[in-house]
Amino acid sequence: MTFNEQLITIVVVAAATMLTRFLPFILFPEGRRPPLFIQYLSGVLPAASISLLVVYCLKDVHFEESGMASIVAIVLIVVVHKWKKTCY
Amino acid sequence: MKTNAFKAAFPYTIPIAAGFFVLGISYGFMMTSRGFSCLFPIFMAMFIFAGSMEFVAANLLLASFDPAGTFFLTVMVNARHLFYGLSMLEKYKGTGWKKSYLIFALCDETFSINCSVEPPADVDRGWFMFFVSLLNQCWWVGSAAVGALLGQWIPLDATGVEFSMTALFVVMFLDQWETAREHRPALIGLGCSVACVLAFQANFIIPAMVLIIASFVPGYLKWKESRHDVQ
Repeated sequence: MTFNEQLITIVVVAAATMLTRFLPFILFPEGRRPPLFIQYLSGVLPAASISLLVVYCLKDVHFEESGMASIVAIVLIVVVHKWKKTCY
Repeated sequence: MKTNAFKAAFPYTIPIAAGFFVLGISYGFMMTSRGFSCLFPIFMAMFIFAGSMEFVAANLLLASFDPAGTFFLTVMVNARHLFYGLSMLEKYKGTGWKKSYLIFALCDETFSINCSVEPPADVDRGWFMFFVSLLNQCWWVGSAAVGALLGQWIPLDATGVEFSMTALFVVMFLDQWETAREHRPALIGLGCSVACVLAFQANFIIPAMVLIIASFVPGYLKWKESRHDVQ
């Protein structure tokens, strides 16, 4: 890619990212109450989103090659996290 | 008043800063060790400010030019921000001019703080959330800059360093699991995502989001019922 093409790519990524962030606020502006279902979703989506993110990170793991390393690393993360919390 | 909000916000961003230092430095390092100039990761951190997508973009920039494909991939990878926006509709109301920046800077970590933390009573919530967002972005841009400079000067093989992002999300998952009143939303997210990864592989995100929303309908109907019973 030429430098200009790279710049355009970055602008596209930034614009698409902003679209995903601003769209809900454009669709449901202040003053108008969002539908009840949307209000319900605001309570439950955060947790579901993080699960989605974890799966997204792990989907590219090739379990045949470095899979074992990833699994060990994740187990370590969980163990350290639990241990750190109980040490406070 | 603003100083109070800043002082209140700062401690919450420290754990995020720690995560960002590792993630941001590895991101900046990866970019420059692949031959990009320092300015690339710094500007991407400033204007995209979405860690996972910045990592993906690094690969895109080395592939062939495909703006349409890039656009759709970005929407897909960042689609979770739609969820964050929905979740913050109420909380970001009445924040005035700060709202544009609050929305622009709504990354995963800022979302996790702003959607769950109640600032102390004497602190203005709008300014609190603003400083959380701003501080987090400073940590991110700063770490990317440090990583970029290190990458220029230290010739190291950076393979596997992106795992720090996975680590961050695993920890976020654990945090929210521990504080959640009920685990069904997290499990629904997990189940739908895994099912869609198996069915769609790389393009799983949008089907997963559709499936997640559909899976919440029964819970929503029950919740609606119980509201009417109370009224």
